[in-house]
Amino acid sequence: MILHTVNKSPFEKNTLTSCLKHMKSGSSLLLIEDGIFGALDNTNFTAQISEAMKDVNVYVLEPDLNARGVQDSLLDGIKKVDYAGFVDLTTEHDTVDAWL
Amino acid sequence: MYEEDEHEGTVKKFMYVNRKAPYGTIYALESLEVVLIGAAFDQDISMVFMDDGVYQLKKGQDTKATEIKNFSPTYRALEMYDVEKLYVSKDSMTERGLSEEDLIVPVEQLSAAEMSELMDEQDVVLSF
Repeated sequence: MILHTVNKSPFEKNTLTSCLKHMKSGSSLLLIEDGIFGALDNTNFTAQISEAMKDVNVYVLEPDLNARGVQDSLLDGIKKVDYAGFVDLTTEHDTVDAWL
Repeated sequence: MYEEDEHEGTVKKFMYVNRKAPYGTIYALESLEVVLIGAAFDQDISMVFMDDGVYQLKKGQDTKATEIKNFSPTYRALEMYDVEKLYVSKDSMTERGLSEEDLIVPVEQLSAAEMSELMDEQDVVLSF
């Protein structure tokens, strides 16, 4: 299975949308850097990520979430990981696809 | 030789348009630097935050684990440099589920039409 990482804000680039469209059921997505804005509740992208979460695992890099002050808006069901958790996800998956 | 009225030149209306989230790119921090330079020259400054730029003003930024400097307290210091005209796009706030209570400084929320009027009044518009 692939671990996909997205580091762009969904409000600015279509990276998240495109990534979700190409993810296989059971694969994983880790949102990092400005990509974390795709992990929030009550935004224009909440419905899209909620829908995707029925089929794929979604993680968010906690340091990047906290840096941007949106830690209280994280959508339920998205799992927070720290840098060590990022490494673990990398080793647990066969491949990492870092979307730019 | 410096002229006596060196500091009494024309005051222009400068608008800084901030459209990027902080930390992911350097734009937000660079904009702040340039705004403070403009303020040192006693110009008439407006700051606009739209699209992901509204996230620059989000309360509760904690950059400790990333080892990046948290520059959000600087927005609260702008007042001391007579930078008091801060505007946010109402639409951008709504799209992100944000309200004024989520922001670290008092702002005026503008519709797109109001924003374009304000832009039209400026001598200089700088986009970040």
